[in-house]
Amino acid sequence: MVNWIWLFFIVVSVVVGAINGRIDAVTQAAFDGAKSGVTISFGLISIMVFWLGMMRIAEDAGMLKKLARMLSPVVKRLFPDVPPNHPAMGYIMSNLSANLFGLGNAATPMGIKAMQELQKLNPDQTTATPAMCTLLALNTSSITLVPTTLIAIRMNYGSANPAEIVGTTLAATFIATGAAIAADRWYRRRSAPPPGKTTRISKQMPIKSSIDPPVSASATLPRGGGGEVV
Amino acid sequence: MFELFTRLSAWLIPAIIVFIPLYAAFRKVPVYETFIEGAKDGFGTAINIIPALVGMMVAISMFRASGAMDLMLGAVRPLFDLLSIPTEVLPLGILRPLTGAGSLAFTADLIATHGPDSLIGRIASTIQGSTDTTLYVLTVYFGAIGIRKTKYALKVGLFSDLVGFLAAILICMYIFK
Repeated sequence: MVNWIWLFFIVVSVVVGAINGRIDAVTQAAFDGAKSGVTISFGLISIMVFWLGMMRIAEDAGMLKKLARMLSPVVKRLFPDVPPNHPAMGYIMSNLSANLFGLGNAATPMGIKAMQELQKLNPDQTTATPAMCTLLALNTSSITLVPTTLIAIRMNYGSANPAEIVGTTLAATFIATGAAIAADRWYRRRSAPPPGKTTRISKQMPIKSSIDPPVSASATLPRGGGGEVV
Repeated sequence: MFELFTRLSAWLIPAIIVFIPLYAAFRKVPVYETFIEGAKDGFGTAINIIPALVGMMVAISMFRASGAMDLMLGAVRPLFDLLSIPTEVLPLGILRPLTGAGSLAFTADLIATHGPDSLIGRIASTIQGSTDTTLYVLTVYFGAIGIRKTKYALKVGLFSDLVGFLAAILICMYIFK
């Protein structure tokens, strides 16, 4: 699906740009976009380096295992195919709590680290596992208790009550997250192996899934040497 | 309540930064060396994201510059008029899942133009605050570990964005009427 969206954006942009006589702007935008992609990644370096260092300490001290063990049954139920004591669970918990408290720049490194841990459980290194999809769903809808950036903007423009949107935001974010979890469950069940088989993800399953367009099936590139987990 | 949360958020990071190494030191972990060891991974991870992020940013930036985004908005606008929803917030529904910076800029612009306490300003704030940038999250998280087949992840993300968008509008229209 990503392949199609990407192709759609580029093709439509050039066609519409040509019709609108904005073809120069489109070209310029392509290179500006590339530049901002690199800028964002570079901005992530310092944050990633710092938080991954911190989290390694936490991991070596056994804190993540402890955090994972304290998991609420709800989170455990969301990730049935991850062993409850696996370090991935600890990172998932850290990621979700960082999101909850609006610590955006801590949430991203922990989410990526959680993905890397989930990747260790993945039989096919280029295809997302159901657990990865669930983690992504929770992050895209990101439950945040206090949208600090927005409150700051509203303050800036002289709102009488900058925080009045906390309630509506919380309600909307809960509904969005609920929808994400429900949709994730639905797709997960649809692409799950038939009952009676093992609960582990079968290797064939992701490739057979009829959801992905055929294009993505041919997108497998040759892999480098064994340890692909970054 | 808000006061409490901002105070809590302000103290949370320093508390975490102190607590983790302190706890680890009690468990006889060589904290500094462990920090360096773990931090090494950060650079590579951030660099790994570049190709995916460049690809996405190029497509989105072209899409906006070409006027295709406006065309798409024009197509949905009549539906919004029909439901008497302020059409000014419509671009957010499309911008929000695609670009975090873009939709934040647009929200700030709406707040500046219509006022933070107008219905439009409140709806925009709620939309902006209630979900994250789906395409960015997907690109960064999956790009970092080399996942190419994303299965249904994008569909789930976009679906929840749509639900969140509509929920934000309806809730604001009901509460702030």
